[in-house]
Amino acid sequence: MTLHPNPLFSIQDLTLHFPLTRGLADLVLRQPAREVRALNGINLEISQGETLGIVGESGCGKSTLARCLVRLLDPTSGTIRFQDQNIANFKGTERQTYNRQVQMIFQDPYSSLNPRMTVGQILDEALRVHEMRPETERPARIAELLDLVRLPRNAAEKLPHEFSGGQRQRIGIARALAVEPICLVADELVSALDVSVQAQVVNLLLELQEELGLTVLFVAHDLRLVRHVSHQVAVIYLGSIVEIGPSETLFRAPTHPYSQALLSAAPSLNPEERHDKPAISGELPSPLNVPAGCPFHVRCPLATARCTSEKPLLKPLPGGGQAACHHAETSVGERKQ
Amino acid sequence: MTALTLSRLPAPVLQALARPAFLIGGGIILMSTLFALFPAAFAPYDPLAFNYAAIQQPPSLAHPFGTDNFGRDILSRVIWAYRIDMMIALFATIFALLIGVTAGSLVGYHGGWADTIFGRCVDAVITFPFLVLVIAVVAMLGPGLINMFVAITLVNWVYYARLMRAEVMTQTAHDYVSAGRVMGYSSGRIIFRHILPNAITPVLTFWMTDMALAILLGSSLGYLGLGAQPPLAEWGVLIAEGRNFIFTAWWMSLCPGIAIVLTGLGFSLLGDAVADMLRPKG
Amino acid sequence: MSGLIQRESRENALPETANRPALSVQGLSTSFTKQGRDLKAVNNVSFDLAPGEILGLVGESGSGKSITLRSLIGIVRPQGRIDGSVLWKGRNLVTMNEPQLRKIRGREIAMIFQEPMSSLNPLLTIGLQITENLKAHTSLGRQERQKRAIELLDLVGIPAAASRLDDYPHQFSGGMRQRVMIAIALASNPELLLADEPTTALDVTIQDQILRLIMDLRTELNMAVILVTHDLGVVAQSCDRVAVMYAGRIIESGSVGTILKAPQHPYTLGLLQSVPQDQPPRTPLFSIDGTPPALDDMPTGCAFAPRCQQAQGTCLESAPDFSLVGSGHAAACHILETARPSLGENK
Repeated sequence: MTLHPNPLFSIQDLTLHFPLTRGLADLVLRQPAREVRALNGINLEISQGETLGIVGESGCGKSTLARCLVRLLDPTSGTIRFQDQNIANFKGTERQTYNRQVQMIFQDPYSSLNPRMTVGQILDEALRVHEMRPETERPARIAELLDLVRLPRNAAEKLPHEFSGGQRQRIGIARALAVEPICLVADELVSALDVSVQAQVVNLLLELQEELGLTVLFVAHDLRLVRHVSHQVAVIYLGSIVEIGPSETLFRAPTHPYSQALLSAAPSLNPEERHDKPAISGELPSPLNVPAGCPFHVRCPLATARCTSEKPLLKPLPGGGQAACHHAETSVGERKQ
Repeated sequence: MTALTLSRLPAPVLQALARPAFLIGGGIILMSTLFALFPAAFAPYDPLAFNYAAIQQPPSLAHPFGTDNFGRDILSRVIWAYRIDMMIALFATIFALLIGVTAGSLVGYHGGWADTIFGRCVDAVITFPFLVLVIAVVAMLGPGLINMFVAITLVNWVYYARLMRAEVMTQTAHDYVSAGRVMGYSSGRIIFRHILPNAITPVLTFWMTDMALAILLGSSLGYLGLGAQPPLAEWGVLIAEGRNFIFTAWWMSLCPGIAIVLTGLGFSLLGDAVADMLRPKG
Repeated sequence: MSGLIQRESRENALPETANRPALSVQGLSTSFTKQGRDLKAVNNVSFDLAPGEILGLVGESGSGKSITLRSLIGIVRPQGRIDGSVLWKGRNLVTMNEPQLRKIRGREIAMIFQEPMSSLNPLLTIGLQITENLKAHTSLGRQERQKRAIELLDLVGIPAAASRLDDYPHQFSGGMRQRVMIAIALASNPELLLADEPTTALDVTIQDQILRLIMDLRTELNMAVILVTHDLGVVAQSCDRVAVMYAGRIIESGSVGTILKAPQHPYTLGLLQSVPQDQPPRTPLFSIDGTPPALDDMPTGCAFAPRCQQAQGTCLESAPDFSLVGSGHAAACHILETARPSLGENK
């Protein structure tokens, strides 16, 4: 399964189930304990310097995966290996070093910055705690970081509420970069921003990645953006990867019926490309109730008896990438016609 | 110099400072504090000196609040009582505040079994009426000011902790807390440096109101003979002393009563103004 | 399915309204007073809407698109001052008083919102919420209302509609709730549906379904729709005409094909270019520098001038007029007027 000789991250069979608390009525009625099955066996590799895009609908587990990577959440089972070490074993200073190397930028530009700390204090704290610079050099470094994310120098004295959404995301990026990470996890980095501002922030991310050689995990639901920034893309459905592959290949000729549906549902800017029928009917089943077999069989136009009982595994595709579908060959055939 | 320091304050704080709530509340509390610190400078008579020539005199120019059944000047006694009652306001609440904020923060952030135990404690305490529980504890420890402080603190911290816990839990859901964890900050730093300043506002506002309540409580206990002991001048004690003469010398109870209401109002207004000032922007 | 809809009155009125707009908005302005200052959130907006037409009102946050929509039926909060005229079937909604407006709202003109959860009453079953609306706006009896509620749920594509009447809003998914909202809106056979970001909170596959539903209903019921959105893709996929708003004004309007294929205003062009499309991967996207102006800090000239790469002296001095630049295509930009003198006769 190893695609890359030396992946930065190697994720094996990552599973995360959140148990629901059982009420008294459940206990009396002897209802089985229910759990939200957020991640159901994710296998993934991320190589150094690459951008991996993660797409899927809300509730599919993409943000949960991102939060597992930075250890905000601990998986139920499975391992995440970072530079060949299991991150679950990191304790004390090792864990701090890991957190320094793998940083996260959050979706909400409003809640992700402490409203009572100035931008300078926020950056200074990161530099100080991780002893990135001696005290005398910190103000210069803060100015440097502000330059890096194209914010004016006087931003350091201001509080977060004095900035617009796009500027706040820049502050979030500056905070992450302050500790000189090698990997950035960007969870819906621009989805709260206006279109004209999105482009500014995405350009910044691309530039910084080139400049600093960062590895980026780009979690988003905007397919056009993911296509634009990613080298590799993984499509997640109900906590499982249904298709993964090089961005251009996957977007040009998606193999999995879900990837196909997702791509054709994304509204095209060309009014002539209108379709009369919805790309896919039905809704995402609740993660409390993940269907047996292929998680997508309930909505899949190609589903057969086999799909309802046997969960398909990721299999390599002829054009590169992998898909988890019993009918992968058929659907590839259909695409070619 | 004051003008200079004032002009450095952010505009919303200045606006809050100019509000009537702050001016009136702050004025009352400032005056109360001055009375508490320097009663001798304001009181026209010795609060303990008997004057058999002027027993139970109604309010007059010489004795604006009248005199009591020993001829003591009520105004002087009310002013000296500020010292005891402001002490009650402070010491009956400050330890509850400190313990409650610390416990509430830790429990709210970490959750788990500590939170469960805390939940049971809270349930146990709030089932009883506040005053009943305090009286029970004072009865065990024995009457007196210090014991009263201990009793009130023992019961009162739970209310602060409960409020703090809820605020901390709300703040913990914000991503700036997640960001701190991803940054590898210690939980102590996250709780006290990041969450606390954002979660403390309602607790501080509650504290202001609670100081007013503490004075009422202290006076009640003083009235019941469980708090400050005579001949110490305390508003509750003063009201208790006057209760037998309520029809003949109404001023004996009324004047300390007005002082209680006024100080309580001062704390409440100040609490409102502080809440306005501390509210984060954006 | 169109047989389900009782619409005699509409059909009688059709020949009259067919050749003229159902809704005609002229010089609509909405302002708020904040700390003694007058802030214009909507500034001199004019547009027409034909029966059965879907108009997209597109813009970024703060552009005034939602307030424009709400101003049409006078539900602006906090209380704003509305000027201009909104002619709905010959009556001016702006000058109407509250009781008169209430008769039109939810009856002839219905509205759906971005957050279906907050606009549905969580304590009432959806069956009750639909029949309540039917009771208010139709003369149907109890049994008929029940039947009609099922028809409406069926119409908006809720599976097993009859069995879901007794369910509460929280028992529906986000997409299904939006369908319920639409069903409630349709209960009164509206002739105009105002949709305020109806799909923004939904996933793409569900957004796709809801947009198709709105388009189908428009065809079946000959209902006009104003769709407020920030997503040009949504506009491209569902609207007939589009008006682009910036800082409270409509800066360009025209048919969807024209606006998306040959936009004339630099802002529209910039918006379209900042969406990656047919662009080499990982290359810098076109971006409009800066941010839209705040309401209390509007530039004197063209509101877009400070961010516009082509801005000239006149742009900073006076706001451009909104004028025709092609057939059914209008834009508010100085550069266009001076650059294309030949189009002058078109005005």
